[in-house]
Amino acid sequence: MADSGVTDGLCDTDDIERSKTEGKELTKEEKQRLRKEKKHQKKIKEKKDDAASHEDEKKKKKKKEEKPVGAASQPPTQPSQKVAPAPAPVPVPASETPALADKPAKSKADLKAERRARQESERASKQGKKGDVGQPVPTSKPKAPPSELQPVVKRLPEHVQVDNPDVLKKLAKKLERQQIPLRSDYGYKVSLFSHLHQYSRKAPLTQQLGIPSTVIHPAIVRLGLQYSQGIVAGSNARSVALLHAFKQVIRDYTTPPNEELSRDLVNKLKPYISFLNQCRPLSASMGNAIKYIKKEISNIPSQCKEEEAKSKLLSCIECYINEKIILAAKAIAKYSIEKISDGDVILVYGCSSLVNHILCEAFEKKRKFRVIVVDSRPRLEGREALRRLVQRGISCTYVLISAVSYILPEVSKVFLGAHALLANGYVMSRVGTSQIALVAKAFNVPVLVCCETYKFCERVQTDSFVSNELDDPDELIVTRKGKTQLEHWQEVPSLGLLNLVYDVTPPDFVDLVITDLGMIPCTSVPVVLRVKNVDQ
Amino acid sequence: MELQAVLMAAGGGSRMPDLTYNTPKPMLPVGNKPLMWYPLNLLERVGFEEVIVITTKEVHKMMSTDPKMKDVKMKLDVVCIQEDGDMGTADALRHIQQKIKTDVLVVSCDLITDVALHEVVDLFRAHNATLAMLMSKAHEFTDTVPGQKGKKKTAEQRDFVGVDQSGKRLLFMANEADLEDGLSIRKSIMRKHPRMHIKTGLEDAHLYCLKKAVVDFLADNKSISSIRGELVPYLVRKQFSKTTNSPKIKDDAEDQNQKTIDELLISSRDEPLLQLAQERSCWNDHRGDMSEAYHGGKLRCYVHIIDQGLCYRVNTLAAYIEANRLAPKLFEEPAVHPSAVISERCQMGSDSIIGALCQVADKTSIKRSTIGNSTTVKEKVKVTNSIIMHGVTIEEGCNIQGCVICSNAVIGRGADLKYCLVGSGQQIEPEDERPCLPCLKRGYNPQKH
Repeated sequence: MADSGVTDGLCDTDDIERSKTEGKELTKEEKQRLRKEKKHQKKIKEKKDDAASHEDEKKKKKKKEEKPVGAASQPPTQPSQKVAPAPAPVPVPASETPALADKPAKSKADLKAERRARQESERASKQGKKGDVGQPVPTSKPKAPPSELQPVVKRLPEHVQVDNPDVLKKLAKKLERQQIPLRSDYGYKVSLFSHLHQYSRKAPLTQQLGIPSTVIHPAIVRLGLQYSQGIVAGSNARSVALLHAFKQVIRDYTTPPNEELSRDLVNKLKPYISFLNQCRPLSASMGNAIKYIKKEISNIPSQCKEEEAKSKLLSCIECYINEKIILAAKAIAKYSIEKISDGDVILVYGCSSLVNHILCEAFEKKRKFRVIVVDSRPRLEGREALRRLVQRGISCTYVLISAVSYILPEVSKVFLGAHALLANGYVMSRVGTSQIALVAKAFNVPVLVCCETYKFCERVQTDSFVSNELDDPDELIVTRKGKTQLEHWQEVPSLGLLNLVYDVTPPDFVDLVITDLGMIPCTSVPVVLRVKNVDQ
Repeated sequence: MELQAVLMAAGGGSRMPDLTYNTPKPMLPVGNKPLMWYPLNLLERVGFEEVIVITTKEVHKMMSTDPKMKDVKMKLDVVCIQEDGDMGTADALRHIQQKIKTDVLVVSCDLITDVALHEVVDLFRAHNATLAMLMSKAHEFTDTVPGQKGKKKTAEQRDFVGVDQSGKRLLFMANEADLEDGLSIRKSIMRKHPRMHIKTGLEDAHLYCLKKAVVDFLADNKSISSIRGELVPYLVRKQFSKTTNSPKIKDDAEDQNQKTIDELLISSRDEPLLQLAQERSCWNDHRGDMSEAYHGGKLRCYVHIIDQGLCYRVNTLAAYIEANRLAPKLFEEPAVHPSAVISERCQMGSDSIIGALCQVADKTSIKRSTIGNSTTVKEKVKVTNSIIMHGVTIEEGCNIQGCVICSNAVIGRGADLKYCLVGSGQQIEPEDERPCLPCLKRGYNPQKH
């Protein structure tokens, strides 16, 4: 397939043959060349920056960004984007097929010429660049088109490259450096999802850790265990528990001598985050919370005393939880209650803490409605939602997802919770949500998704295959009347068990998204993201 | 720091007085290693670096001279207490309350096991439990115990242990001795856990993970003196008692000024955040009723029950003998110590162990036995199924079967001992025949029998 892409770009038969044989090598060479070029350019830039005073700040920014980037397996594509303040208007689709197939190949001579031209233009622009912060943006723009024409090397996140042994080796090295054990995958993975991790609940990560855990703070070990056993499940619960554990970490933290709290604490948190990732892949809400904390920590001025800094961080965390979770829930409930009228039949799926909260609030405000709870195996979370609603006094009906098309004629509205809202308007939620939305659309029933803004994520996905989570396949095994049919599923060579956790719903099926900022259509999600980024 | 380990090594070994007459129980040799080496080794393997050892002065002295104890690389903080035997395990914990800064893992010195300790500790961590303990299926000891004529004694009073459906949550614990009329279970337990499995064939391994709040609670409540006998049943009962918020008259005779264990548990920081996380989480440990996870209870006790694997408490003679047979299999150590001198014409079975600096002469046969350090075995001796401790001299032509011979004893020439227990420093006259007699202690006149 790569070859055919290559031949399309060229007309010369000699070039075709050359590129066929050297196709892959060329791209590797190009990669190496790109890397060298960028390093060279950075060195030149830094030398010139030493003279100017503004440029010092930029250098610090670049250095900070270089450190995490330096370890990547493939070089970052757009160095210009690092410098530019605004995020790319078109988010890079990380979900595409391996980047190799996208690259149009060029002959060596063309590449050399382009490189020379670029260097000339750079040198010319640098002459007039001193002392001007605004310049990087126009200089980045001329750089961007040539780099787009160049073979674009995209960086895929590690957790969707499990079938790539190089990536696994890098991960193992990183974990070894941080002294965290590597959790091994379990069981046969269905080939479509073999690029994702699949762990077993019976083999917790604590098996490989020493018991009085010294490397990892005990609160984090406890949290990791609770994640992997499913005791803390649900996007909001996981974030709150994470922040609670971080509070304990910060309380027990003491700055070592000759170190600054702002830098050292962030480095301390990195192995903890890797550990939690090994226990269970991080959710989008957790990722945003971690970004917020890291930002807050690095913004602590160096003159600040340790006690002061710690109390400031603790209050920041409290503030974040209060604003983004508790108050957001109140605001969303207020907006949603406007949408619930008397006599409504509301369909909910699974157990979303936000949707449960909304329904309970609406019931308190004396709205008359009844609820249909749809549930699905293997988690059967709907039972918990059912219990909470019935405890309040709301009249409920309980069905399994296989009956949803029978029950939909009765339904007037569908309320769904979300695990994350992606930048292209897709809703990532528990597996089965997209089915409900699809059937609801077929019956012309309005679908309302409730989601706090801190769950908005800059990732883009159009299908549920590329980035997902595989749960323990043994959870699908059930014992009825003493017989366990799937007990020896691993011995049957043609059988694979798949336990997906998330799926992605297209925005065409969602009529309204209710957030704490108001009620927006699904396509306005990137606007909210942009506003959020500008705020920060 | 997450957990502090405490080793209880002050016990007297009241159920095997003959063995512990001269040697205190923690230093009894099992597979040529002192008994307390096994739990210390378990803790070291798992990753502990420091252990608080509560013991007597005598044991402390013996510990410092024993070569095997020097192998222990952990830092041992030895706390000596009086030997009068009035101090229970809970009293000992109260004694070291100042040293306890975090949650504590209490181990008894007579536990020999190869359990994966993370199973117990994971229950403790994941469910934020107050107590997590280890139990194993009780073993039937089939070998004849020396010194016991006729049938074995009937099983000691049983323990009734009630667990929930998952087999992890501890709902009920009582000893047969405490139940006069029959087993009564409170309605509150049945309402919350309608399906309960009651097991009787379980043996407590005396390994407990306790929260720090429990140690603080012990400091206030001086009436509790034994962990196993009083504290554990109290905690298990307290899981289901009504929490009293206002100072009403409490059912146990507690002082009104003392804090109850509930109050101590709740006074942890960030309780509202934990509450919030639990509320938002869609997990419940049971289903079928209207209550939230854990029925809203803050006090939770968990148990891990081992089916397979080694787990022995060496507190009776039968257990001691069984342990001597099985403990060496835990470790990959050579059966014969390199410094032992064994002549070539000695027949040694593969399950035998010879200690350091032994001298075994020709034409001897040693099968399924353990021979301690510095013992001398002369010619034509037949040793089967026996445990011979340190410094023993066995003269020529002896036939020793199924015996336990304590340290520094001398077995005279041609003696024929079957299922005997020879006390330390004893001397058996030559040509003595002892078929299955009760133990021979110091001061016992061997002529009169």
